[in-house]
Amino acid sequence: MSSVIYERLRRNPKFDELVQKRGSFARTLSAIVLIIFYGFFLLVAFEPKMLGQPIAEGSMWAIGYTIEMAMFVFFWILTFIYVRRANGEFDDLTAEIIKEAQKETK
Amino acid sequence: MIKRFTTALALLAFSGMAAAAGPALQGDIQTQPTNWHAIIMFIIFVTMTMGITYWAAGRTKTSADFYTAGGGITGFQNGLAIAGDYMSAATLLGLTAMTFSRGYDAYIYMMAFFAGWPIILFLMAERLRNLGRFTFSDITSYRLDPSVRTMAALSSLVVVVFYLIAQMVGAGQLIKLLFGLEYNIAIFVVGILMMVYVTVGGMVATTWVQIIKACLLLFGGTLTLILGFSQFGFSLTTLLEKVTAVHKLGANIMAPGSLLSDPVTALSLGLGLMFGTAGLPHILMRFFTVGNAKEARKSVLYASGFVGFFFNVIFLMGLVAVLLVGQNPEYFEGGDIKGALIGGGNMVAMHLAHAVGGNMLLGFLAAVAFATILAVVSGLALAGASAIAHDIYARVIRKGECSDKEEIKVSRMATIALGILAIILGIAFEKQNIAFMVGLAFGVAAAANFPVLILSMYWKGLTTRGALWGGYGGVISAVTFVVLSKAVWVDVLHNAAPAFPYTQPALFAMPIAFILAYVFSVTDSSARAAKERDAFEDQYVRAQTGFGASGASH
Repeated sequence: MSSVIYERLRRNPKFDELVQKRGSFARTLSAIVLIIFYGFFLLVAFEPKMLGQPIAEGSMWAIGYTIEMAMFVFFWILTFIYVRRANGEFDDLTAEIIKEAQKETK
Repeated sequence: MIKRFTTALALLAFSGMAAAAGPALQGDIQTQPTNWHAIIMFIIFVTMTMGITYWAAGRTKTSADFYTAGGGITGFQNGLAIAGDYMSAATLLGLTAMTFSRGYDAYIYMMAFFAGWPIILFLMAERLRNLGRFTFSDITSYRLDPSVRTMAALSSLVVVVFYLIAQMVGAGQLIKLLFGLEYNIAIFVVGILMMVYVTVGGMVATTWVQIIKACLLLFGGTLTLILGFSQFGFSLTTLLEKVTAVHKLGANIMAPGSLLSDPVTALSLGLGLMFGTAGLPHILMRFFTVGNAKEARKSVLYASGFVGFFFNVIFLMGLVAVLLVGQNPEYFEGGDIKGALIGGGNMVAMHLAHAVGGNMLLGFLAAVAFATILAVVSGLALAGASAIAHDIYARVIRKGECSDKEEIKVSRMATIALGILAIILGIAFEKQNIAFMVGLAFGVAAAANFPVLILSMYWKGLTTRGALWGGYGGVISAVTFVVLSKAVWVDVLHNAAPAFPYTQPALFAMPIAFILAYVFSVTDSSARAAKERDAFEDQYVRAQTGFGASGASH
């Protein structure tokens, strides 16, 4: 693959925009997942009793179970949000950058 | 005792097919009466998949077809196939059993299995697809010396072989239990079917075996749950009230138990599961079967949806089983509900299927478990074959000068060799305690494959010298920690106390790999290193845009 065209893709200001936007989006989402995940594991390690308490007086739903079920749903929603934005906005931007680089060849 | 039990369970849940490796199957397993329902349904599955394999053979002409189904799998199909690869018989049998006996702890495990997927999506899926072609070694050696490819292929093979042994031994014991077949016969059946699927149908057949199996597993599990849960009016409150009333843990069944009470173990387990998944060669390989980064992202979306859904189904199945199996003397040795379950602890899901759906559903679920093993073993064999034929033979030995036809021939031979090896090792390890092997596979994946892979994609400064030190350092330290831990040092080598106090190597082995890779890269002032750093720029643009990435061939 020719280095020239990569160079051209790289020089397009939209490339920096793509990398910056998508990168910070992916980093933010990863950070959210990692913080919640390891935060939850710390609760498991240090506050197991609290996680076993019911969410309300007389309820059968334990706090830990409720949190974790919400985590399953929330993490999946995050993947949905990422896929939606990456496959839409970011891929459109990528297509533009490639198109512009190829146009220069002609 | 509890500690020992939890350690075993830890490895159990950790594994692909560790149900087999667990303590419940270590004891005396008597061959069960031949289960005809299961055998007939399994034969239907095999006939169907053989038909697909025959069809797939016609579509397997080039090496791209063989390794990656020509990149022609859609995101939805691949999502199902990944779910099929990831949800093993241990997920179905081991985790229901764990919920049955330990309640909420099993649910925590499921979260650790699940949380790796969003991370794989955000940080890896796109770059994997944009840079790789057939194997993840394509990415690590993209701008580095072929010796890095050899290293990555070898550590892939280590993961594959240890995982295969665990799967084969598990398969033999499980089939003996579920179908009433002899252990050795079961091993041969699994080994031979796997060789046929992979050598004849390549990735196309393997993918469809995984897709069909994932659908069957989702259907069977959900149906069992619906039938069981309906007896409690689909009310979680009613179910939990009854479960806490009869379970030996009482109200504590919904609280974290002793499983992860030690923070170091909890953290190490979390790291190992999350990044081990991101370093398993047969999972990574699935990202090359789709046409572009868009489909790769969709794959993860669907896969994580199915996996997350199924974990929740399994947890509820385990709770329902506490009542419908745990309170029914019919499922206990000598009819004593305080005693042992007939067939061992891993039979919870099977007994539940019988309790709610009779012999028909039991047979169905048993057939699904067998199909599950086959699908996982086939994926592993294909990943191993690609490491041997594509990485080591075509790229390193023949330096890329090898024809497509020849490469496919070598990969078929490699598959057959791996199949024979799997049969031999499966028989050799029948009576061994193999619990550590899955831990080893995940440890090596997390500590050797993952660090070098992620650095090669993200860090400009990585050089050949750093990658080799990091990769080999990761393999050696992961293996050493596992050997010194209780699972091998005490349980296999019969020493009094473990030399390494923790069961999970990831928290220690991963930093070693990263530090070695870093130190030996930054101190590398050779001309080659300078060239490798310069080459990052093009790789980076391709990783970001997908320009120049290998696309779908049809």
